[in-house]
Amino acid sequence: MSDTATITDARLSFVRDRPFDPLPPPLVHSGAIGWLLQNLFSSFTNILLTVSCVAMVVWLLPPLIEFLIFDAVWDGSSRADCIVTPQRPAVGACWAFVIERLGFFTYGFYPIEERWRVDVFFVLLAFGIGWMTWLDAPRRGLGMIYFFAVMPVLSFFLLVGLPAIGLQAVSTAQWGGVLVTIVVSAVGIVVSLPLGVLLALGRRSKMPVVRMSSVIFIEVVRGVPLITVLFMASVMLPLFVPESLTPDKLLRALVGVALFAAAYMAEVVRAGLQAIPRGQYEAAMAVGLSYWQAMRLIVLPQALKVTLPNIVNTFIGLFKDTTLVFIVGIFDFLKTIEAARGDVNWATPVTSVTGYAFAAMFYFVFCYAMSRYARYVEHRLRAGDRR
Amino acid sequence: MSAVDTGRSRTALIYNPRIRGFVYQALLCAAIAFLAWGAISNAIDNLARAKIASGFGFWHNTAGFDISQTLIEYSTTSTYGRAFWVGLLNTLLVAGLGIVLATVLGFIIGIARLSTNWLVARLAGVYVELIRNLPLLLQLLFWYNAVLKVLPEVRDSFLVPGGGLLNNRGLFLPQPVFHERFLAVAAALAVAIVLAVAYRVFAKRRQMRTGQPAPVLIVAAAMVIGLPLAALIVTGFPVDFTYPERGRFNVRGGIEVLPEFMALLFGLVIYTAAFIAEVVRAGIQAVAKGQAEAAYSLGLRPGPTLRLVVMPQAMRVIVPPLTSQYLNLTKNSSLAVAIGYPDLVQIFTGTVLNQTGQAIEVVVITMAVYLTISLVTSLLMNLYNRRVSLAER
Repeated sequence: MSDTATITDARLSFVRDRPFDPLPPPLVHSGAIGWLLQNLFSSFTNILLTVSCVAMVVWLLPPLIEFLIFDAVWDGSSRADCIVTPQRPAVGACWAFVIERLGFFTYGFYPIEERWRVDVFFVLLAFGIGWMTWLDAPRRGLGMIYFFAVMPVLSFFLLVGLPAIGLQAVSTAQWGGVLVTIVVSAVGIVVSLPLGVLLALGRRSKMPVVRMSSVIFIEVVRGVPLITVLFMASVMLPLFVPESLTPDKLLRALVGVALFAAAYMAEVVRAGLQAIPRGQYEAAMAVGLSYWQAMRLIVLPQALKVTLPNIVNTFIGLFKDTTLVFIVGIFDFLKTIEAARGDVNWATPVTSVTGYAFAAMFYFVFCYAMSRYARYVEHRLRAGDRR
Repeated sequence: MSAVDTGRSRTALIYNPRIRGFVYQALLCAAIAFLAWGAISNAIDNLARAKIASGFGFWHNTAGFDISQTLIEYSTTSTYGRAFWVGLLNTLLVAGLGIVLATVLGFIIGIARLSTNWLVARLAGVYVELIRNLPLLLQLLFWYNAVLKVLPEVRDSFLVPGGGLLNNRGLFLPQPVFHERFLAVAAALAVAIVLAVAYRVFAKRRQMRTGQPAPVLIVAAAMVIGLPLAALIVTGFPVDFTYPERGRFNVRGGIEVLPEFMALLFGLVIYTAAFIAEVVRAGIQAVAKGQAEAAYSLGLRPGPTLRLVVMPQAMRVIVPPLTSQYLNLTKNSSLAVAIGYPDLVQIFTGTVLNQTGQAIEVVVITMAVYLTISLVTSLLMNLYNRRVSLAER
């Protein structure tokens, strides 16, 4: 050893005693250029794809932004503000129209001095949804009671009216816009979840009559379009009840939507139930719990948790499907847009597109938020599995 | 069993699960029977009061309304039964075309979402997120009212290359008129298809035996295109076109494609393709990464890897949810009623129901049709599914 050391010291002093500093990685493999080369220009096909994509974005995006923002008309009171004039050669979205009609889009024909009741309803609902969706919220059991029992009853009297305590009655024919869209989806959610759980349990029941009736209901409803279910509710239902009890138009649509959603919810819940190992059922039976106790305390809490992302995804579908009540003549949000866009006072070439753009933003915000939430829950559940 | 046991079980009769089961089921039957009886007796009362006929006698009555798109012969003097078939065929037409186009678009976008090209993947992602989160009805109304209805009037029609016209009354395409000699061309096409299939079978057998691949696609394409083309030239192009002509307010001649049809088809294809893209992406991601890596290390290029290694395995995961997307598309085609395309729901649950007032019969028939379509589609897709999942042991 000492021999080598002396050699190094004495005669091979030109040999480096420490390694070179590493060179920076070549530019084509690192940094922005490397990323570009790897992700966008790695081959001839890729270059072609990238160029055509860029062309498409350049072709679509600037006109869209110009239309929605820079050329848009933000204030005005009639069509005159939104038509092409020599001073204003390019007219984009006519937001003035949306702003003026915002009340109509939100409340429909709900009496103006009673609109605060709708606002209170929105707050009650938002509170309930917040409680249910915040997974670490305190007293979630209580929240469940609030959401599925207290809130529906309160909202019903709030919106329909209760003359005894000074809330004047408002006919459902006067409801409209976002209010109806939210009411239909909220009723769909509040009714379809418990009903769907019952149907799912029924489908897995050992009793043949219960199982067959659940299967027939679920499969028939899932096999037909929502429109036919709505038509059934709106034209057949009145025939099946005594004439004096004929339900009003909105209620009929609500029945249709709730039954339809329940069938889909049942399948989602069933998938959750199937994901729970048999041992859980057997353990619950072994400690002497009855069927309903076992379901309520052991099985359903786990099954619903596993399947929560799917439940939220079903709600997204339900929320989008509420637009179909428009076809059986109910003034939901989309219908108010359709009605307002035909208004002579605002008849311009851009009114329709503006109305649809506004509706699109409304639905997109809600649906996208829900789908992000579903993904967050899924991620959280998977984190639990990884431990 | 001892006497004591029987005695105990008799006292605990209400705790016996079998007995309880019977009681619950009897109660459920009674409840359903009671509801059904109430509904039927009310319906009989209400129908009698409103003087509405019942039964399916209306099927043979004269309809007396016109339909804007008919695939089979139909006039105002036809029966309601005939109108039903017209509507059903229109539904099947838009659903069939929609399924084919949505599958193509959906697979392209689903694969694009997993592209290594960042921009392509991002754009596909934006498409999927945007389209999936907007109601289909809104999209249909947009296509119909904001795009197709604001096209120019007839006299300012856009000219479609090849002699077509596009205006706010729809798309008008040249209509081919075939002469008798055209039969030879059709026969040549049939022969070419048979030959192509036979060649494919032969090529596959040979590859199995010797390992030598054959250019099936090119040869088959050459046959299917070449033979009819040769026949066309030999017989001297026995086909004429009647071109649509612009009148002042209307278009004469040619094949008319209604704007309602185009809007419905666009809407359904674009909407369903977003869902199919997600199904395809999930299917591809379910295939283990090692499969593609093994294919690359054997020297396969990305295209053949996807086609020969990844996709056949992904199809097993893809087919069941793809089936339900097809069914959704078919069911969603009933939204035609919102833009006035004469499909089954628009004609039957709309016009026929309004004219006859026979709600129960009409709604039941319509539901039965959709149920049948659903069942048949599931059956076919299950058969296909069995074929693609065979390789799994």
